[in-house]
Order: sequence, then structure tokens, then C-alpha cells
Amino acid sequence: MTPVPRLGNAPHADGWDRPADLEKDPALIPDPATTPVPQELRETIEQLMARYPERHSAAIPALHAAQELHSWCSPEAIEQVACVMEVTPAYLDSVASFYDMLEQQPVGRHSVYVCTNISCSLRGADALLEAVEQAAGEDPEFNVRAFECLGACDIAPMASVDGVYVGPLELADVPQLLDDARAGRAVLPHKQLATRLVADPHANSQEFAPHAPEEGRR
Amino acid sequence: MSDVLLFKDIDEPGLDTLAVYEARGGYASLRKALEMTPAQVLEQLEASGLRGRGGAGFQMGKKVSFLPQGSMDKYLVCNADESEPGTFKDRELMQKTPHTLIEGIVIASYAAGAQRSFIYIRGEYVLQADVLDAALAEAREAGYVGEAILGSDHSLSLVVHRGAGAYICGEETGLLDSLEGKRGNPRLKPPFPANQGLYQGPTLINNVETLSTVPAIIAMGGEQYAEIGVQTSTGTKLVSISGHVQRPGNYEIELGIPSREIIYGLAGGPPEGHEIKCWFPGGSSAPVLTPADLDVPYDFDSLAKAGSMLGSGAIIVVDDSTPIVDLALKVAKFYRHESCGKCTPCREGTNWTVKMLERIDSGEATPMDLDIMASVQDHIIGNCLCVLGDAMAMPIGSMIAKFREEFEAHIEAARARAELGLAGVAGTGGVHDPERMQHPGVAYESAQALGEELR
Repeated sequence: MTPVPRLGNAPHADGWDRPADLEKDPALIPDPATTPVPQELRETIEQLMARYPERHSAAIPALHAAQELHSWCSPEAIEQVACVMEVTPAYLDSVASFYDMLEQQPVGRHSVYVCTNISCSLRGADALLEAVEQAAGEDPEFNVRAFECLGACDIAPMASVDGVYVGPLELADVPQLLDDARAGRAVLPHKQLATRLVADPHANSQEFAPHAPEEGRR
Repeated sequence: MSDVLLFKDIDEPGLDTLAVYEARGGYASLRKALEMTPAQVLEQLEASGLRGRGGAGFQMGKKVSFLPQGSMDKYLVCNADESEPGTFKDRELMQKTPHTLIEGIVIASYAAGAQRSFIYIRGEYVLQADVLDAALAEAREAGYVGEAILGSDHSLSLVVHRGAGAYICGEETGLLDSLEGKRGNPRLKPPFPANQGLYQGPTLINNVETLSTVPAIIAMGGEQYAEIGVQTSTGTKLVSISGHVQRPGNYEIELGIPSREIIYGLAGGPPEGHEIKCWFPGGSSAPVLTPADLDVPYDFDSLAKAGSMLGSGAIIVVDDSTPIVDLALKVAKFYRHESCGKCTPCREGTNWTVKMLERIDSGEATPMDLDIMASVQDHIIGNCLCVLGDAMAMPIGSMIAKFREEFEAHIEAARARAELGLAGVAGTGGVHDPERMQHPGVAYESAQALGEELR
């Protein structure tokens, strides 16, 4: 009799296709003596924990801090955070795997999140994503991702480049967008959300209404 | 528009600094509130009739009054995890006038007796979180936040907590779990957060816009505020309008004005040569409305009566160039991605809805599938811990009900194309087909004609 094939989307955890090691000790809180943690990261996490009545609340900000240092939530990064927070690595893994912005795989240094949700998609975001993906190619510097609504549908189609919102983007903007990010310059300064005025014509009285968008507010 | 409360001179240079904010009378409401008793502040909030601006539209004053009295650890959490597709009003407020929000939080916490507060802001809003952090530091320095605020006996700590990208954390109990450092899974209700919320303590959770409105209410008085808008939907509302309109953006409107005035008057309507096919009145979770509903007054109860909801106040306009199957698939895929997986109807329902919609586009579906899909939606609604599943089921269900003919034509056209060995009808697979995404309507019409011909 032929074995029943496993489902393609089955959980890839021990105990499913592979036997789980039941002899193994349960995961422990990493021992500070054998887990070197960069001093700066340790201090950041300790400060974060002090902000909350309960230290576990610092899990997401702490993982953010570790990700900034390691560029992704590597096992090493998780271990370090777990050591300072005095929790098990598995607990932090459970948190890290839930959130889109915490990376589970090594990724490029520059994140380019292209919003492909409804409003952006209606205005050509899918073509934009493809253009960005093509232009970035295999460049290991970049982490190009399709992202769910980034909350900037007024500048659709848009992207968040290393946390900076730019839009509305045209396909022709893509090369400069990547060049700016690569060079560490301000990305497409004239298309940044920060410089944009509110759309409502009634919002600003005459005193503030006439200024041009490029002057911005600062 | 005579009543501009939240957006008044919003683009004034430096409004995000304490100096400018104070110069225009900022924090005067806080001083006024601290001279009253918490019960009097609460009275004002109840008199204003302010309904929550996050989506559910629950009366804010009532929510505050649900918190138990007496001295205990109570919390106030500001929900700034604005991730409902189409919504971007809180972003504008936090970025441009962060002190309004901080002032609102301090006043609301005074009314609720909360001593600790948090702003849970979505991780993607880097600029806005930085602005809030800077504003908070200034407010702390000036004694508006911290111990014994302005010499009163009210103390409040405030922390800006950055999330990490999960739609479900906008759901209040999911947000609380996330703020406690866990996965953002919603909790069983009751107990409601007002009794047992953050760290198991009584918690008041409100949206950014709701809390930002509080200073204006205290300044003008609750009854005065209730004069704006219509009886059951008082005040002004920020509306985020996006999609196929000429002037997308945020607008402050008086509740109760005709929807047409917003879509055509303020946002300029669809691009020339196009007609509106459907529109979401309150984010992608709201059942879609058709052009026939354009004269519905834009307020909570009128939209509910029209079979949809005001939700977060995000209007997404879709014109006739977009096949409805495309739109449905986009919506369904979003909810599939964002389902936390805790409840079966939502986890499986979103997944199967996507699969069935993909089947339609690949030409393997039959019209019977539409009934099955509609029944899937019926089985999601009301059967989960939170409303994420409902938020997919409602728009998808409404699309099937209102555009059934187009769904059927799409099924037929896709089947015909599949027989000829051609690709799917519209842009659904078209994520990687720019040409089809740019002219989905054209591809759709030609396929429709082809389907007709073959028939």
C-alpha cells in the first residue's frame, strides 16, 4: 500500500514529518554567562522593560531593537533578547512569527514595502510592485515586499522605503527611489508624505492655505 | 463647511510643537477640565453624544462610565493601530497635531480615573510615532503629563508603544494582548475591557480621532457640540477618501451630509469618462453600496439603514474599470492574510473564499459556487471571537448579492477563455500583469464579448 501523501501546507515542525525529540530538555531562559549580548542592546531592552508595569510588554519593541542590530530576528537575536528579558526564546519566536514587520529570514538592509491593498491597487500598485521587484532584481541590499494597507491611500500608489512614505509613485520613479535608498539619501524628497498638505480646502484658513506643497510645514 | 474642529489650520507650520500649539490656545481645555470634577467632565462627554470614531461607533461617554469607580489600577489605551484599508485620518492627526491627542488622552484619563495610558501606534507609522514621541517629551517637560498635572491631584503616565504590523491589533482585545507582549489574538468577550482589560485591569480604549475630539468638546461644552451633525450622529467626522476619485485625501465633514457631496463635491468624483461602480462607505470591512445609494446621508444610522456602516469613515470609490471579481479577491486576500487563525470560521472561511474566487477567475467555477460562497459568508458572521471574519464576509456577501450578474458573466467568460487556453479574465492573477492591471476593464470586456460569442 502506498503511503498517503502529506499535505503541502502541513506544519513543518518536528512531530509531523520528523519525530520530535522527546528526550531533549525543554527550552530554558538563556544563561547570561554563556550568552553574549551587546551592551547597547542590553541597555535599550532594559530601558524598554522599565517603561511598562509588566516586562513582557517590551517584547515587540525589544525585538525591533534586536532586528535593527541583526537586520532580522535571527536565532542569535532572539537568544539575546530572551536573555535580557528573562523569557524563553520560544516565547519570543511565537511573537516574532506573528507580526509582518519582524523578519523571520535574513533580508536586505533597505526595506521597500509596496502597498498593494485595495486603494493602491485600484491606482496601479500591482504594476508598481512588479517594477520595483524587477529593478531591485537580486540585489541583496533590498527587501522588497508587497504590504497590506499602509494607511496612505491619499498618495496611492505608494511605498514605504525604510519607513519613509512616498507617493503617488509612477513607474518612472522606481529607479530614483532605489538609487536614493541605496545611497542613503532622502528618498524622492518631493514625493514624501511629510511634505503634503491636507486635502480638505476648508481645513486651513487663508493665512496658511496658499503655501505650496514643496515648502512643507517645517 | 463652517465647523472645522479637528482640522482647523492643520497645516500651520510648527503645529506639532508645544509653543505653537499653546499659542493657539492648546491645553486650555485641559486646564478647564482639571477645574471640574471627573464626574463633570464625564457629563460633558455624555452630553456631547460623541460616538467612537474607530469603527464600532459606540458612545464614548457611555464607555467611560462603564469603568468601575474607586481607586485601582485603571488604564487608558489609545488605539492608533489604524490599519483598516482606506483609512488614514489618524495618521494626519498624529503627524500634524500630536498635542491635541495628548491633551485628549489626559482629559479622558481624568474622567475615567486612569493613571497609566498607552498609545498603541502601528509600527509602519514611523514618522508619526517619532512626532508623538517628541511631542510627548515636550508635554512631559511642561507638566501636562506626569505627576500631579498642573498642580491637580491627577497623575498620568503615557507611553508610545509601536506595534509591528498586524491588522488584528486594531481589534481592541487583540491590541491589549499585543500590548502585553503576546501574539495579537483577540480575547473572548465578556469580560469587556472596561472590566478586565490591559493587565486584567479596567481599561478604556478609544480611537485617535475620538480622543482628539475631546479637547474641542470640553472647550465648547458637550451640549454645544451635540448641535453639530444629526441627532444620533453628532459632531464632525474625518473622512478618508481614496480609490478612483480625483482628489483623494482627508476631509472634515459635518455628519449627516449627503454622501454624494463628499464623493463628488469634495473629492471630485471618479476620473473623467468613468462612472462609479460601487463604494465602501466605511473601510473595506463595510458592505459595498452602489451609485443608487449616493444620496444616503453620511452618518452612523443612515448608513446602517442603507445596509452598510460608517465604520472608520473611509470611503473607497471603485469605478467601472474594475471587475468586481478582482475587487472581491483583493478584499478576501487581505483578510486571509490578516486572520490570526484563532477561530475556525474566520481562518477557514477567508481561505476558502479566496480559493473559490480564484476558481472563478481560472474558469473552473459554476454559478452554483456563488451560492456556496454566499453561504460561507453567512457562516462566518457572528461565529468568531472578533469581527475580522465578519469584516470579510460583509463586503463579499454584499458584492455577490449586488453584482451577481457580473459574477456570473465573469464565470462564463473565464470558462470560455479557459477552453481556448487563454489566461484568466481580469487582473486577479494580474498581480504580475501590469498591462491587464492598467486596463482590467478592457480585458474584462473583451473576454465578456468572447464569452457571449461562444455561447
